[in-house]
Amino acid sequence: MTQQTPLHARHVELGARLVDFGGWDMPLQYGSQLEEHHAVRRDAGMFDVSHMRAVDIEGPRAEEFLRRLLANDVARLSERGKALYSCMLNEAGGVIDDLIVYFLEPGRYRLVVNAGTADSDLAWIGRQAGPLGVALRPRGDLAMIAVQGPNARARAAGLLPAADEARALALGPFFGGPLSILDGNVFVARTGYTGEDGFEIMLPAEHAVALWDRLLGAGVRPCGLGARDTLRLEAGMNLYGNDMDATTTPLESGLAWTVAFGAGRDFVGRAALEAQRAAGVPRKLVGLLLEDKGILRSHQKVHAGAAGDGETTSGSYSPTLERSIALARVPAATGAGVEVEIRGKRLRARVVRPPFVRHGRAQIAL
Amino acid sequence: MSENIPAELRYTKSHEWVRRNPDGTLTVGITDHAQHALGDLVFAETPEAGRTVATGEACAVVESVKAASDVYAPLAGTILEGNGGLADAPEKINTDPYGEGWLWKLKPADGKELDALLDAGAYGRFLAESAE
Repeated sequence: MTQQTPLHARHVELGARLVDFGGWDMPLQYGSQLEEHHAVRRDAGMFDVSHMRAVDIEGPRAEEFLRRLLANDVARLSERGKALYSCMLNEAGGVIDDLIVYFLEPGRYRLVVNAGTADSDLAWIGRQAGPLGVALRPRGDLAMIAVQGPNARARAAGLLPAADEARALALGPFFGGPLSILDGNVFVARTGYTGEDGFEIMLPAEHAVALWDRLLGAGVRPCGLGARDTLRLEAGMNLYGNDMDATTTPLESGLAWTVAFGAGRDFVGRAALEAQRAAGVPRKLVGLLLEDKGILRSHQKVHAGAAGDGETTSGSYSPTLERSIALARVPAATGAGVEVEIRGKRLRARVVRPPFVRHGRAQIAL
Repeated sequence: MSENIPAELRYTKSHEWVRRNPDGTLTVGITDHAQHALGDLVFAETPEAGRTVATGEACAVVESVKAASDVYAPLAGTILEGNGGLADAPEKINTDPYGEGWLWKLKPADGKELDALLDAGAYGRFLAESAE
């Protein structure tokens, strides 16, 4: 049975085309996916991301627990509200999920995990947490709206009373914090999945519709999962399930930078990653820019000459670049150019280092 | 929504249209209903001149941002020309599906096959029934 977020009726009223995403009935687009994409790059757009799951981790040993659970090191979160992006690994070093973790206060952290993996993530975290006496509190009571774009923060914060507006605008990148409205139950984070500045706003589900309507009134454009995918791909951000999964390590997924190998911290999967590093990581995740005409998609074969073959993991048309781009897992020795097989033809693509676009501008030579 | 279905064309249930040209050749494209359902098109691959196609054969591909869709030959024959103007402007299929968004021109194998296709009224009824 497909689940619905508190904003479902609004999506229907706005004429959204709905699709099943990870068991949730979500808006793919409201009109033109291209226009929604451009609205985020040029102005402000908003996404209902209430299908994602916030989980609060509480207890005196919460930091110790998360330092063991996650591949990135929460000890880096020295200030309240600071957040980081991390993978959560299994013992073989494979990625169970990618997530953002916020340090709320000593003994309390918030994880935000993907919708499709939320249930299995919770089961895994629960099993790991048992011995350390930390409490897991899934926050299904919270809805989440992401407001993204160069004008997003100003539009969203402008709806708040003066003190909260100042609080929101004072947040540095990758910081979050509670507001005073709604008894302190609104949490605003300066994070996102688009490569633009903006907020992700977590609030009690019963207030989600009111916030959505006020953002609409402020001229923020509703955007669906279609635009979300082209935006994150342009930003070089991985999509769990496509670009990595439980059979791939962060080292083969362009995510080595998210793994903190500092001395004295054992974490689940560390030994497996160190073994892979010592033996030489056989594959890498790269960006591709298609040079011949066509559209890159996932699961297309990549020919890297003498280095061997690989496969695209995500692909699409880039509305900002007006070219087709992809992420691909290829042999480590792959050079500057490859061929991608599309409908039996080999098309030329250039290997590039993501991101493709940041803050509205191309980051690669076209 | 009210559909745009020109009266002088013929149609298929897979949403292709066919126009009979004065010189007996045919022009083929996808309908307004189809372009609307597909969304913004960003790439089109049309068949090469000289290729022989059978009725129902997939002979073109149109790609929206999200997905690729096959376009099927409503009638058998020899391809005379694929619409090269779509290479740089695939969005013409969205903005002018019955005009500049044409996909290919065909020399039909059998001039009478066209009459077996749906006329505008029948295609309109088919769309109405499918929407229920």
